[in-house]
Amino acid sequence: MSDSVIVVDGVSKRFRLYHQRNQSIKAALMRGGRAKYEEFWALKDVSFEVPEGSMFGLMGVNGSGKSTMLNCIAKILRPDKGTIATRGKFSALLELGSGFHPELSGRENIYLNGSILGLSKRELEARFDEIVDFAGVEQFIDQPVKNYSSGMYVRLGFSVAINVDPDVLLVDEVLAVGDAAFQEKCMEKFAEFRRAGKTVVVVSHAMGTMRTLCDRVAWLDAGRLVEVGRPDELIDRYIDEGHVQRGDADGGSRWGSGEGALTSVAFVDAAGAPTTKLRTGDEATIRLTYETRQRIDKPVFGLAIETLEGVYVWASNTRDADYVPDCIEGSGTVEFHIPRLMLLPGTFDISASIVDFSTVHVYDFRRHCYRFDVDHGTPRESGGLVSLGGAWRNLTSGSATADRAVQSLESGS
Amino acid sequence: MSALTQLGDSRELLANLTLREVRGKYKRTALGQVWSLINPLAMMLIYTAVFGQVLRVTIPPGNPSGLHLFALWLVCALLPWNFMSNAMTGGMSSLVGNANLIKKVYFPRQVLVAATVLSWDVTFLTEMGVLTAVLLAFGGMPLPWLPLVVVFMAFLTLFALGLGLALSVANVYFRDTQHLVGIVMQIWFYATPIVYPISYVHKEAVKLHDKGWNIPVEFMYRLNPMERFVEVFRSLMYDNRWPALGDALYCIGAGIVSVVIGYWLFARFEGRMAEEL
Ligand SMILES: Nc1ncnc2c1ncn2[C@@H]1O[C@H](COP(=O)(O)OP(=O)(O)OP(=O)(O)O)[C@@H](O)[C@H]1O
Ligand SMILES: [Mg+2]
Repeated sequence: MSDSVIVVDGVSKRFRLYHQRNQSIKAALMRGGRAKYEEFWALKDVSFEVPEGSMFGLMGVNGSGKSTMLNCIAKILRPDKGTIATRGKFSALLELGSGFHPELSGRENIYLNGSILGLSKRELEARFDEIVDFAGVEQFIDQPVKNYSSGMYVRLGFSVAINVDPDVLLVDEVLAVGDAAFQEKCMEKFAEFRRAGKTVVVVSHAMGTMRTLCDRVAWLDAGRLVEVGRPDELIDRYIDEGHVQRGDADGGSRWGSGEGALTSVAFVDAAGAPTTKLRTGDEATIRLTYETRQRIDKPVFGLAIETLEGVYVWASNTRDADYVPDCIEGSGTVEFHIPRLMLLPGTFDISASIVDFSTVHVYDFRRHCYRFDVDHGTPRESGGLVSLGGAWRNLTSGSATADRAVQSLESGS
Repeated sequence: MSALTQLGDSRELLANLTLREVRGKYKRTALGQVWSLINPLAMMLIYTAVFGQVLRVTIPPGNPSGLHLFALWLVCALLPWNFMSNAMTGGMSSLVGNANLIKKVYFPRQVLVAATVLSWDVTFLTEMGVLTAVLLAFGGMPLPWLPLVVVFMAFLTLFALGLGLALSVANVYFRDTQHLVGIVMQIWFYATPIVYPISYVHKEAVKLHDKGWNIPVEFMYRLNPMERFVEVFRSLMYDNRWPALGDALYCIGAGIVSVVIGYWLFARFEGRMAEEL
């Protein structure tokens, strides 16, 4: 097919799992040959095509073979069966780090990586400032990259990968490391990239991002391709099958002095059981359970909701809502009741806290401690984060016949 | 042959990596590139003291150059040997040393080995330049032979590259390749007429023959391609005469065979490299 930049045809990849990893000749001789190993098929007969100019997502649980697939496309791993035909210049940003040499400075690494990715010295010099600027590491550019924070590392890697002007960009889960501002910059860059008719293949566990970003997604499970299709349908099914672990503290951080602690934070249904799947327009309750080590005077409970991309959607606390008890002691619960959940479909994270009345002293802060999905419900609105629950009306038109049609439209509804 | 065309396509990368190797070699040292001359100089002094003065190795005078100095005679063979040894062992470790690159970016991996070998070529060229000046100062006349010297340096490079390619993949799968090679290089050094002339081997062979041992010692000894390379470089630089035709052809053959087999092995085993590293 001429409009596909990547054609994956019946690809299988086998890894050897060694029982004793001993890369020595003595060990090999004593065993009478190479080390004993078991075969493990990380990819089994996977076929799909990536159309030119698309944003293509790969999803699946941990260990399902997404990175392996991406590595095969990037020619870093060689498939044992099947073929991968590619067209154009590729640039890859694979799990943490993009082949930087830890001892070399950022500057040297840019030149080294740039030339590996096929840029001449002159082209690199022309783009150098842009690369450094985009990564935002000017101050550290002459430091060895081993001294970079993991965020800086990824930013520089992304910046090089995208500024070498590839036709196809492969990105494996790395962007999650960057902060919100950088992620936003990346999203912009992706959009720009696509406007220029380039192709992006991403691996991500952030279903919200996948849903908004991708034109097509492929779902891998235990090395097999489950399906390729439109993201909305496929991601809904993926989430329904419970592949996305929800409600546990995934990667969230927690801090506080600990006099009082939030033992659980969850959406609960009418029966009081925790739930992570809600629909737009549902009645919902967030229940906080706490435990205190000592009496706490005038505690303030807080809740916030963010999207996976870190967009701050909503927050509320008991001080602003004027719901502050004189004190709490022992254990107990507090609930936040939502008559109609006005969030549109997507995946969201809750952060919760107990602080003192001044909101300066933190007893317990649990960032991103609960993740939930919102599915289509009523009202059904087209896109974005929030539902406004509004209705279309008062359409006017110059012609009398059209006016009658409009009237029937309003009386009909 | 596709490996060779790939190498051609990535000329710029090869140049960049070579430069990185050259710059990186003496990074953070006060003397920098001067070390590349101090090292062979120190070796020359040590071997001259031990073999020239203490053990009194006798060498033939340069014919027709008329030079007769152990140190110079030694260095004409020592420099090619050092180059081969460094380039080969450097090339061997280049894949393991750049594991993070190999696992994250795709590019023709043989470039890494080639860049290491070429970086030692830079050192080799400098050393040979200095040696030429010294030989001139002592009354030798190596100038007309320099084009041929360069030709044989090229074939020695191919020879080292082929070995480096083969050993580099071996080293990915068996990490103790490099330790084994360390020992082999020591033996190989003394099995090559660098610190003693080949006439010593001839004497030993005659002695053995007299004792009734019928071993083709000299024939076996001369199978070693480095023996031939050393003879050729000595003829050109120290003696200032044409090398023996057999030796010259042997060197050319060794270079080509080595690089062909090296590439073949490399291409055959590079597929699973990223996961084995
Ligand atoms: N070099 C390797 N040697 C042996 N097994 C490997 C190797 N690389 C990956 N695997 C195995 O292959 C399987 C697929 O791994 P892969 O990294 O592709 O998963 P993934 O879908 O990217 O998971 P994650 O979401 O955690 O990134 C895993 O079971 C893993 O253990
Ligand atoms: Mg992965």
